[in-house]
Amino acid sequence: MVLLKVLLYLLVFPGVIFLFAFSTFAEWLDRKVYARLQNRIGPLHTGSSGILQPVADFIKLLSKEDVVPAEADKGIFNALPLFSFASAVAAFLMLPIFRVSLPFTSFPGDLIVIIYLLSIPTIVYFLAGWHSTNYFAMLGSFRNLTQLFGYEVPLFLALLAPAMLAGAWQGGVWLPANWQISSIGSFYMQHAYLIPVNIIGFIVALIALQAKLERIPFDAPEAETEIVAGALTEYSGKKLALFRLTIDIELVTGSALIAAVFLGGFVLPPVMLGNIDVSAPLSFVLFVAKTLFVVGLLSLMRALMGRLRIDQTVAFSWRWLAPLSLLQILIAIGLKAFVRF
Amino acid sequence: MPTIKVPLGPQHPALKEPESFLFELDGERVVGLDVRMGYAHRGIEKGFEARTFTQGIYLAERICGICSHSHTTPFVQNAEELLKLEIPARARYIRTLVGELERIHSHLLWLGVAGHEVGFDSLFMYTWRDRELVLDMLESISGNRVHYGMNCVGGVRRDVTADMAAKLVEMNAVVLSRTDYYIKMCTAEPTFMARISGVGPLSKQDALDLNAVGPMARASGIKRDVRKDDPYAAYGEIPFDVITADSCDILGRAVVRVFELLQSVKIVDYVLKNMPAGDIKVRAPRKIPAGEAIARYEAPRGENIHFMKSNGTEKPDRVKVRAPTYANMPATIVALKGAYVADIPITVAAIDPCFCCADRMVRLVDNRKGRNDLMTWPQLQRYSREWISRNRRGPH
Repeated sequence: MVLLKVLLYLLVFPGVIFLFAFSTFAEWLDRKVYARLQNRIGPLHTGSSGILQPVADFIKLLSKEDVVPAEADKGIFNALPLFSFASAVAAFLMLPIFRVSLPFTSFPGDLIVIIYLLSIPTIVYFLAGWHSTNYFAMLGSFRNLTQLFGYEVPLFLALLAPAMLAGAWQGGVWLPANWQISSIGSFYMQHAYLIPVNIIGFIVALIALQAKLERIPFDAPEAETEIVAGALTEYSGKKLALFRLTIDIELVTGSALIAAVFLGGFVLPPVMLGNIDVSAPLSFVLFVAKTLFVVGLLSLMRALMGRLRIDQTVAFSWRWLAPLSLLQILIAIGLKAFVRF
Repeated sequence: MPTIKVPLGPQHPALKEPESFLFELDGERVVGLDVRMGYAHRGIEKGFEARTFTQGIYLAERICGICSHSHTTPFVQNAEELLKLEIPARARYIRTLVGELERIHSHLLWLGVAGHEVGFDSLFMYTWRDRELVLDMLESISGNRVHYGMNCVGGVRRDVTADMAAKLVEMNAVVLSRTDYYIKMCTAEPTFMARISGVGPLSKQDALDLNAVGPMARASGIKRDVRKDDPYAAYGEIPFDVITADSCDILGRAVVRVFELLQSVKIVDYVLKNMPAGDIKVRAPRKIPAGEAIARYEAPRGENIHFMKSNGTEKPDRVKVRAPTYANMPATIVALKGAYVADIPITVAAIDPCFCCADRMVRLVDNRKGRNDLMTWPQLQRYSREWISRNRRGPH
């Protein structure tokens, strides 16, 4: 029975099948918002208003010829898409969507784990570009790593601030909400008036997430007009399909993480409707709404700007994002020291 | 770190036409550059010699898909000069009108391409939407969107009626409002500015030495515009300013182009409101007297030069075309020295390149032997006979 529950959790909800549906939906929303902002229509024909277009793209890529460069290391070249896919899915499982969760998905310190799991795909892109033995892919993978050094620290610091504010002294040790996403979320669910305090951190985290996802204005690692497709230039067919799906999953996981930490999370306290506790479906609705809100903000950012050069990206991260996230931490510490809540 | 050689082209997403740039990179910096042109050679000049002057107009129109009017106008101007033909004033005004509308749509197209090269696809979508307005105007004048077929030796082929002109003035007002928006955007959007300001430097002296033309030269502070320096069509009678910038970078080239948009919109407005009445063409004989003529034309991309030599028959003896892209290539190479990899596409795009317009000759090099042997016609015949006798098979 426990095994069945675990399998259902991993494969159906919120595991692979749900994640596939939700991430392709998020990609559709992203493409649609981006297109409407550009005075285009966007996906239209597959499914109602093109809602199945990302799925169709995925299936199309699965059926395409799969080419491996002659000089590439075949084993690593073939294994890398699986690594990135697995780590992105594992990261998503860490998110508290409803109260009932398994011990291996919600535990003290899962905030740290999810951040590291979300970093693995970037490292995989670097390796993928490096093992492609293609100059464009190699340039792209260098840029991947360079960009990683730019956004990773501000993202960590920005996610740290709300955790600190939600934390408490326990036996002489300050535990920032156990570094557990669900307890951070439920803290802000109870103290909703504290959400605006983290606005600077929220903006920093949004921008850093955009850089992590390598979307405009931070898409230098895969700049089409410069280095073709960056690290993934040599990938095709099934492997490219898996990479594309990974990017979609990263999009929803990153957005959901920001929604969970900055926007009050999803897990509602028990809500009784008659005799039935309806908090689980309501939490799910909240999860979808908040995540898609963040996805929409990211799409907006994508439409409004041009691409920054890689040196400009790193300079921007360290000149603006890192100090601002430190400021957010100072605000959190100050509030914690002087205000009791 | 050792340098690596990265090819950009002949096939590359940044290039819309085939052209080979071989970059030597030290990390993200360009340290060396080798350009090879000639991938889009179409034998246009030889084609002129095989066609009559009337047919030649249509061939000239197809030299470039964007500035088609910029090639037919100098072509017919040369023919008219050899014929000593004075064309009606109304025809000169209509030529100016089509030429300026073409400049507007070419500059809007460039702005979109520039946006795309720096990853600003929203700008690309917006400018290309507004470019449709101008293409509609051109279609209402000529019936065609890009190859207008307006010029003929002795004038133009279609008239602009009064109610058509009124409608065009209205459409032009919309283009004007959009132009104001792009001027604001081009000089204020931070990421776009960050990508083009100070990039692709070309000093005034370099621009003079390397004979840069068009917006490339004007952005380096050189006040050079054929429309003012050597007026053709109706430009001598129309008030307008030559736009220059002295920032000597891609920002300057963008600024020159968006402000030229404004000038062009004003010229179109002036032409539509002050068009003289009268005929639109005079009859021209099919045979053009022997002689040589040269015409200069300020195409959207810069100075376009046509040379024509006639031998008194109905076909030209020689037509030579120097398209602006060709003149701007040396300056581009200088602008690319020491650039970042990320700045290569926008720096190349900043001259508004049209490689197929520029490719006038190919030099065939045998890559294995390193030779570029050219054969005369008798040599080729002899070679083919020998080849057949060596490789003969079957019942022969």
